[in-house]
Amino acid sequence: MFSLPDFTVIFMNDFLRRLKALVLKEYYQLMRDSSSLTIGIIIPIMLILLIGYGLTLDIKNVPTAVVLEDASPTVQDMLSFMTGSEYFETHYVTSMREAEKLMSQRKAEAIVRIPSDFTSKLKRGHADIQIILWGVDAATARTAGGYIEAGIAQWQAANRANYPVASTGKGAVVVTSRQWFNDANTSTWVFVPGLVVMIVTLVGVFLTTMVMAREWERGTLESLFVSPVRILEILLSKIIPYFCVAMCGFWLCIFAARVLFNVPIHGSFLIILFSSVIYLIASLGMGLTISSTIRSQFLASQIALLVSMMPTMMLSGFMFDLRSSPLVIQAVGHILPATFYMELIKSLFLAGNNWPMIIKNCSVLTLYAIFFIILSFKVTRKRLE
Amino acid sequence: MQPAYVVETEQLSKFFKDKASKTQITALTDLNIKIEKGKLTALIGPDGAGKTTLMRMICGLMVPSEGKLTVLGRDITDRPQLVQNLLSYMPQKFGLYEDLTCQENMNLYADLHGVPQDVRKERFAKLLHMTGLAPFTGRLAGKLSGGMKQKLGLACTLVRSPSLLLLDEPTVGVDPLSRRELWEILKQLVSDEHISVLVSTAYMDEAAMCQHIIMLNHGKVLANETPEALLDVARGLCFVAATPPGIPARNLQAALLDDKENVIDAVPESGNVRFTVHSTDCIEKLAALKAFPGLQTWPVDVSLEDSFMMLLKKSETDPDDSPEFSLEYNKMPERSDQVLIEVRDLVRKFGDFIAVNNTSFQVHKGEIFGLLGPNGAGKSTTFKMLCGLLPATSGVLSVAGMDLRTARAQARANVGYVAQKFSMYANMSVKQNLRFFGGVYGLEPRHLNERIEEVMREFNLTSVAQKSAGDLPGGYKQRLSMAVGLIHRPPILFLDEPTSGIDPVARRTFWRQITAFAAAGTTIIITTHFMEEAEYCDRIMIQDQGKMIILGTPEHVRKEGGNSRTMNEAFISIVETNRNAGT
Repeated sequence: MFSLPDFTVIFMNDFLRRLKALVLKEYYQLMRDSSSLTIGIIIPIMLILLIGYGLTLDIKNVPTAVVLEDASPTVQDMLSFMTGSEYFETHYVTSMREAEKLMSQRKAEAIVRIPSDFTSKLKRGHADIQIILWGVDAATARTAGGYIEAGIAQWQAANRANYPVASTGKGAVVVTSRQWFNDANTSTWVFVPGLVVMIVTLVGVFLTTMVMAREWERGTLESLFVSPVRILEILLSKIIPYFCVAMCGFWLCIFAARVLFNVPIHGSFLIILFSSVIYLIASLGMGLTISSTIRSQFLASQIALLVSMMPTMMLSGFMFDLRSSPLVIQAVGHILPATFYMELIKSLFLAGNNWPMIIKNCSVLTLYAIFFIILSFKVTRKRLE
Repeated sequence: MQPAYVVETEQLSKFFKDKASKTQITALTDLNIKIEKGKLTALIGPDGAGKTTLMRMICGLMVPSEGKLTVLGRDITDRPQLVQNLLSYMPQKFGLYEDLTCQENMNLYADLHGVPQDVRKERFAKLLHMTGLAPFTGRLAGKLSGGMKQKLGLACTLVRSPSLLLLDEPTVGVDPLSRRELWEILKQLVSDEHISVLVSTAYMDEAAMCQHIIMLNHGKVLANETPEALLDVARGLCFVAATPPGIPARNLQAALLDDKENVIDAVPESGNVRFTVHSTDCIEKLAALKAFPGLQTWPVDVSLEDSFMMLLKKSETDPDDSPEFSLEYNKMPERSDQVLIEVRDLVRKFGDFIAVNNTSFQVHKGEIFGLLGPNGAGKSTTFKMLCGLLPATSGVLSVAGMDLRTARAQARANVGYVAQKFSMYANMSVKQNLRFFGGVYGLEPRHLNERIEEVMREFNLTSVAQKSAGDLPGGYKQRLSMAVGLIHRPPILFLDEPTSGIDPVARRTFWRQITAFAAAGTTIIITTHFMEEAEYCDRIMIQDQGKMIILGTPEHVRKEGGNSRTMNEAFISIVETNRNAGT
């Protein structure tokens, strides 16, 4: 006579034995295949270093030509913020022609011209300064302009008592960019939490798609299918190792954020960890779904790139604030699980615990995780047609 | 009660939908077969006959479109997992994990099948001994030779004794020695463990070793017999014609093959020509007697290949629209000692892997020179270097008197090249392809139009001139590739594995063309993994694992190989002699 628990024990034994064998196989492959290791470990490290150190919206050492048609001590004092600053590399010239020459030779990105009647006009409360920017690099030009305006505004504020009516009429603009000016690390702080999203996506979707599609392509699944293996075991054997690899990437990012870039974590770390796990499960499900549908390594990796990595970089709010995008782009961005995860992670790192958002975004991510895991089981069949 | 049959089909059919053209493709129709328990059954038939589809349906990887399929007493569509627990299947690509060692691959499958540790030890020892893989257990599967991969694939399917073993073309492109070894293992298994085996193969000598043969063509059963019964089909209709001195055997073969009224099939063998006729009185009426008066013929024992070709040709209902290449059968070839291609001490390395090792040979004007060897022997690498597609690591290479290192472009202008893969532009028409490639080869526009008309007539492509190259049937595709390769009238023609993946009838037609080109004075260099195709060549070089094993006329090679009758036997004999000399 069989009793039910016996059956369960036998089933569990077989299940665990097969799962163990498959996970072990996956581990060997991961360790021996340099392309998997590159995607799983090397690219995340490079992304951290490149994006952490290299990608910043701040600019430094802007070559600036200063045309001193009026070289009074007031002017010298006003422009003192430029000398010795790491943001400017100043060349003092005496005529506008010289300055223009420097700019056309690309030796100056900006020209600051102090007209000869500046001091006298300033005393009357209405002085002009001309700023000319090399507009080809629009972003650099804007930032450099912001720096100069901010510097002058600062001086103005400090000397308000001396020139009570002085106003260049640009006050409002100057004050907004002031933050950037004082806080050079801000953009790194914004990018590093986003990096967590990038790396979890890279391993979760891209690497998983590659390894699963490779099995379809090389015909290894064909012989695996004709054995006692169940689909559940095959999918779990892909989920478990790549979950671990992605978690390594996650910890690497957290380490880099705290130690290398000193990014603060204002929110709860446990919630960061929790939401990352949910997002990772959704990514793995997505990767497995793509590879079981496409079955060709090249095509599957292209699709994975197109539906995960590219939109995560462009549309999730990693680079550009989604709120300032056109409505259509916003809508597309909000189809992606990455957008919800990105929003959550950034605010957890930099702003703190915003409970309504945490609950909303975690629920959305959970739904995505359930959806993609179920979908991956639906599309993976022990069939070759 | 155990069922007497391991596989039973009733009106089994399988259709596929072609997504591109929205048409239905029939892979198998109304199949009624029974495969007996405990026997070695061969599944034969040309490429595209439906062998792989049948195999995949038997192991539950594909669902029948119509009809009933019972495997090991169960309906396969019911619960395929129950059948999959019992049978083992080796797909064409072997299904090995290349990043895993031999031992790890075997462990994986033993774990999946739940083979207990104590049984496993004994079983592994036996399998490793049988396959000769014992010294290589720690080697990565990806680093094994083709023959060793195939044996490891077999070992993985045999980690436990399956009720039914399915092998899908296990020996394609594998060297003859490894093939023989694999079959010895199979025969031993069937006698020791009473395993039922279904094996698909393209080699008739392998099918002859089985107890039962099922022959498929275009998704239908052509024969379902014992080998003995199958031999009866062509018994008494097989003859050999002696090749007159000074004439290449391929010319006589062409003369016989062209005589469709009397001759069914003809193939060069051991310097003479083996052929089958419709009836015995045809032997008196042979058209070849006109070109070769006093031609000697004598009857020979039937072989499975004769019956196979006979059934195949009779089942082909499509009218033969292959072009006629006129040929003076009895014209002596012009022999010249002019060296057109010279290769000295050629070496090609990929990292620390030596793909081609110290190879030297010469090709004379007007010769058919064959590069033979199993997959991975270095044929394609040698070939690519000859065509200037791959630089040599060291050595001298000259084509038509020009050094490939310094004058690649000039050397190429003398060469026509037909790649192994169909490399025409699929969405351009036949004519557009010809015009494009003609332009690439630098033909003048006025001259080009004439030449295009000429080759289209020659290769019977006029009727499909406006069709997209990608939509052509296989035979037309190959003719288009050949037409493109010859559009600039090159004195030298390079052909890379032109006969792999095409059916035996098309292979005959192909060689008939080559015979005509050679008679017209074109020098031809060709690679093939079919050893018997050496008989069409004037001289051959056999390579194995990067090394040149032997170079000479087919007759010389057979003689060196212990006076063997066939090239396969010669290859085995030469490799074994080399290995014994090495140890």
